[in-house]
Amino acid sequence: MVLTIRNVTKCYPGQTEETAVLRGVSLDLAAGSSLALTGESGSGKSTLLHLAGALDQFDSGEIEIAGTRLSGLSDSQRAALRRNDVSLVFQQFNLIPSLDTGKNIALHARLGGTWDEGWGMRLTDRLGLSGLLERYPEQLSGGQQQRVAIARALAVRPRLLLADEPTGNLDEAASAAVMELMLDLVRESGTALFLVTHSAAIAQLLDRRLHLHHGMAK
Amino acid sequence: MNARIALSALICVWATSALPQGYAGLGTVAEGFAFPQQETRLEFPLDHGPHPDFRIEWWYLTANLMGEDGADYGIQWTLFRSALAPGEAESWQSPQIWMAHAAVTSEDQHLFAERIARGGVGQAGVQSMPFEAWIDNWVMRSSDETIEKISLSADGRNFSYDLALSADGPLILHGDHGYSVKSASGQASHYYSQPHYQVSGTIELPDGPVKITGHGWLDREWSSQPLAEDQSGWDWFSLSFGNGEKLMGFVLRSETRDFTSGTWISADGTAEPLTPGSFQATPLKTSHVKGREIPTRWQVSLPAKRVSVEVQALNPQSWMGASFSYWEGPVTVTGSHSGKGYLEMTGYE
Amino acid sequence: MTAAAFLAILSHWRRHPLQLATLIAGLALAAGLWSAVQAINAEARASYARAAEQLGTAGVARLIPESGTISVARYASLRRSGWQLAPVLEGVIRFERQNFDIMGVDLLQHPLAPALTKAAEAEAVSPLEALLPPGRIFAHPETAVHLAASQNVHPVTETEALPPGVALADLSLASRLLRRPDSLSYLLVLPDQAQGLKPLSDLAPGLTLVPASTAASETARLTDSFHLNLTAFGLLSFAVGLFIVQGTIALSLEQRRGMIRTLRSLGVPMRLVSGLIAAELAFLALAAGIAGLAGGYLVAAVLLPGVNATLAGLYGAPVDGSLSLRPGWVLSGLAMTLGGTFLAGAQSLFALWRMPLLAAPATHARGQNARRSHLAGAVCGVASIAGGVLILTMFQGLISGFAFLGALMLGAALLLPLLISTGLSLGARLAKRPFAEWLWADTRAQLPGMSLALMALLLALAANIGVGTMVSSFRLTFTGWLDQRLFAEVYVTTASDVQGTELARWLDAQGIKALSRRYHDTRFKGAPLRIYGFEDDTAYRSNWPLLDALPDVWDQAVSGQAVLVNEQLARRHGLAPGDRFELEPGWQLPIAGVYSDYGNPHGQAMVSMPSLLEHAPDIPNRQFGLRVASHDISGLINSIREEFDIPRKNITDQATAKARSLAVFDRTFVITAALNLLTLGVAGFALLTSLLTLWNQRLPQLAPVWAMGLTRRQLASAEILRSLILAAFTAVLALPLGLVLAWALLSVINVEAFGWKLPMYLFPLDWLRLFLLALLAAVIAAALPARRLSRIDPAELLRVFTNER
Repeated sequence: MVLTIRNVTKCYPGQTEETAVLRGVSLDLAAGSSLALTGESGSGKSTLLHLAGALDQFDSGEIEIAGTRLSGLSDSQRAALRRNDVSLVFQQFNLIPSLDTGKNIALHARLGGTWDEGWGMRLTDRLGLSGLLERYPEQLSGGQQQRVAIARALAVRPRLLLADEPTGNLDEAASAAVMELMLDLVRESGTALFLVTHSAAIAQLLDRRLHLHHGMAK
Repeated sequence: MNARIALSALICVWATSALPQGYAGLGTVAEGFAFPQQETRLEFPLDHGPHPDFRIEWWYLTANLMGEDGADYGIQWTLFRSALAPGEAESWQSPQIWMAHAAVTSEDQHLFAERIARGGVGQAGVQSMPFEAWIDNWVMRSSDETIEKISLSADGRNFSYDLALSADGPLILHGDHGYSVKSASGQASHYYSQPHYQVSGTIELPDGPVKITGHGWLDREWSSQPLAEDQSGWDWFSLSFGNGEKLMGFVLRSETRDFTSGTWISADGTAEPLTPGSFQATPLKTSHVKGREIPTRWQVSLPAKRVSVEVQALNPQSWMGASFSYWEGPVTVTGSHSGKGYLEMTGYE
Repeated sequence: MTAAAFLAILSHWRRHPLQLATLIAGLALAAGLWSAVQAINAEARASYARAAEQLGTAGVARLIPESGTISVARYASLRRSGWQLAPVLEGVIRFERQNFDIMGVDLLQHPLAPALTKAAEAEAVSPLEALLPPGRIFAHPETAVHLAASQNVHPVTETEALPPGVALADLSLASRLLRRPDSLSYLLVLPDQAQGLKPLSDLAPGLTLVPASTAASETARLTDSFHLNLTAFGLLSFAVGLFIVQGTIALSLEQRRGMIRTLRSLGVPMRLVSGLIAAELAFLALAAGIAGLAGGYLVAAVLLPGVNATLAGLYGAPVDGSLSLRPGWVLSGLAMTLGGTFLAGAQSLFALWRMPLLAAPATHARGQNARRSHLAGAVCGVASIAGGVLILTMFQGLISGFAFLGALMLGAALLLPLLISTGLSLGARLAKRPFAEWLWADTRAQLPGMSLALMALLLALAANIGVGTMVSSFRLTFTGWLDQRLFAEVYVTTASDVQGTELARWLDAQGIKALSRRYHDTRFKGAPLRIYGFEDDTAYRSNWPLLDALPDVWDQAVSGQAVLVNEQLARRHGLAPGDRFELEPGWQLPIAGVYSDYGNPHGQAMVSMPSLLEHAPDIPNRQFGLRVASHDISGLINSIREEFDIPRKNITDQATAKARSLAVFDRTFVITAALNLLTLGVAGFALLTSLLTLWNQRLPQLAPVWAMGLTRRQLASAEILRSLILAAFTAVLALPLGLVLAWALLSVINVEAFGWKLPMYLFPLDWLRLFLLALLAAVIAAALPARRLSRIDPAELLRVFTNER
């Protein structure tokens, strides 16, 4: 399993057990498979995604990413995990504005020391970014920016790709194009995809779907 | 008038020695100064000049004038010398201090100015050959060593005058050959006059120049301790009558007994000293002048010469509000004799 | 509606207390340093005015001789033309241990007479006594104590009417003490004059009428340069403070765009919103201004003694009294704060005014935009520098010198962003590792937000280098000059001329050469001129610090055929070797040489002793420099003291004399050093506030990198590194600017202000220290944000990614 979540609970300060954002969620995700997490606002989807990316701490239960248990890891061990095994794609794209497209794409992989020029080229080709490598994020359209973000995430060849409403800021046409590309690339690289969305249409494109309601999986 | 305020205090002390306003402090002992001697005989032109061994001295000229416009005017030009110590020295070391007053008086105006100078540096002084007395640009000057013909000028902020004076009579020596007794206890001064000046010239007033003619009277006096200790001030009259006769008389007021004296000058210029007490002056009316009551109309009598006249100030407000203050102004005379003259009153505090 | 809208606008500060604190602190700092400087200036100026008034010369015009003195006969003749004048003779008299400025006046004419009379009468003394020997001296109680301790011939009357340091006496005494019975220094033209007098210009050719307004301010004129200096520093601090404020105001408005848009859509007119924000700024400015004034008062109170020491040391200007609140600097401080706040907020307010009702939040200008604005700034900067150079070449004078400095500093500040950004691109290109690459790029991206703070740092550092180089160069030159100038091994001052003569005879018998130092004070074109007589000695020929001279300078001077003048006199009147110089009316000599004479604001000339004595026979002979071959200097000093009753204070060996001079010099520049440090502190603070201001904008940029696997600790160290990189670039760029500044101070400002030009020396160690100081400031400024970053709750970073933003 690339990702195993067992009975995880998460409380933000001021919350009780009943109102906790996650109340004993479990799931598994195997290499090459994809899972869509749906739920209304505040149901805890983003929180679960962040936990799966070793970005935040949980209160109880266990999470395993690529065989590494998260509980008890130090800050730098978590950082190493993020550098090498997990990639993220966000609704806001979150590109580095001071770096051009090419450098943005390479940054994550280079930080982890896994940058592969050939793979990077293929990604940019596939995502139609070859002509845009010297542009800065502010000079790109929303769809282009999200494709850069996807290229950056996949350039790492992560075991696990986490995507949080990746098309939330895009119009319908761009959204469909971006989703199609992402799913193609995920399949090609054997990466597991864990995607948060509120759109049933997008959720339909993935292998499995999980609905989160008041911090519990249904 | 910053300088005036500045100097008033300094000069006050000085004034006590120059004028009979009580001999406080410095005035009491005239250390090292010369004293008037009865046997001294005046010598001219030498005695027109200064006598630095004496404590005080003055060149005191007054004139009754009439303008082209028919109005009466009076002018005063006085140079005082006061020595802090007897004798003369070079430059700033000189102990001599000079002060001068100039005034123009009409029926409704009394304008005056004051000058002060150090001796030794040439700012003020008197020389006898040729005669010249000066302080700043105020000058009384003769072209020779006599004082027969003199020119006289002075100016203030709002007036000036430039006059020519010509004497048509002899010098008058008061008292005993110019030795003039000032009290019963024997204080005296050397005192002579030239009362016979014909005057012409121009005075500049705020309203413009006025051409004038008239008669002038110069008093020269020096001493070191002119008054007795109990004498508080004086009233001094110089009167010229229409018939050519003149009378100089003074009252030295005292807590115990007033001392009067003077000189009768006949029309031909013969001087006759008055016996003490024969000259009488009685105030008839006072005026309110700068916060004090000053007699401005007098009954003057000299029975020996059958003189009984009323003397009335031309301008009762002829107050010389200078570093030390006194009343000095022209008067008109009516009664047994008629004429004009000058009146000086000191010690009215 | 107004109240509700105002409350909404103000609510911003409750959520951003740090921002509020930064804004107020920045404004208060700006106002504080500015008003401190103004308070010091106002105090000193008031002190000069008081001194002039106390000397009775305020509002009184003067007649001064174009050269030399005025003869007493001349005075009398002017009086006899009807002008009411009061004579004044000035000079220096030595009583026993101490020099006193003596002012001789005719007590019967001088405007001060009433006050002096009152003082005399208060002591139950007749003021007329002052006119008679032995003569009385009038002095401020402070000075009276020294006078009474130094002599007992002349009774001293205390009076508050005189400024400290002046001994006033009647001319009878003063002319006796100064042995100048026939000369006067100048004449006061009394206010009350008769009409119709001949004009003074006709009566007194050769005398210059100095109108009342300028006559009173000779000290003010001398010290103007110093005050201009302080003002320039104050303005610099103020500008640096405004840099802080500008950023904060911009951020506070930026963050309230949403709120403002909401308010407008709720029907609040834009005019009202702008008015309310302006009112808010005005209120904050006033509050901060008052706080700044309080701080400024404290700073001024601390610095004032140093300033007084400077003024007394450099110019002999008497500054007394303690600090007082004067409406002048209080109001100007508040006005400056208010004006400065709106100046700093102008751009943001304007942008707000033009903001459309419905529009997406403007994205920050980055990349191309930033590059364009950097270029525009650089063009303005170059233009500003060019303008400054033009001013310097076209106009003379202190103001033009300062204008050049101002233009140079402004221009350099405007050039800074382009230069740093270019440097950062270069760094990025050279970077190999992704972290470094990101750091360079990110640093460059931060530049627009930081550039104002960096400009402030640049100015502060350059000012430090410039002023530091100036002071150090001056000190080095001064030390060398002292070595040359103080060549005698022992300096003695005797109590009287008689003792002086005896000493000279005794020394001669011992085989010791005594060079006497005698001088005569006069005036040249209205300014004081001291003429020294010197005795021929090889030491002069080998040591005297000549700047420019004819080949046979000493032979000519010794023979009485020529004069030497000091640098300030030469510069002030455009004199050079070969020119003729009129020392006094009727005494003209060609100039054989120009010598340096630091620490003295006045003109000075040197002639051979015989020719001085020929023109001024009665000058005192009490100061001697002894050439001693033997090494037993303290033995010699002791035997002189045994033989003659000379107090220890009046006999000094060379080393002590030098140490004393250097101590005065060092004290002189205490204030400069203090202001320097304060300015640097303010710049450091500007850096901190800009980093804090950027904090909220930073998180969206840092969170993705963190998500990609950088630890928070790495992010924190990146924060510090970035601050270091920027500070280092700025410091490197500040060096050439500082050196140009130093050059301008030494070769332009000093020449105008003091009349001497100084060689420039370089002090690389000082630069290194300053460089490290700048880095330290950068680390301190970045420490707080870095610490916050290293401990930040991941949830806060995650908020960047949440969709509900």
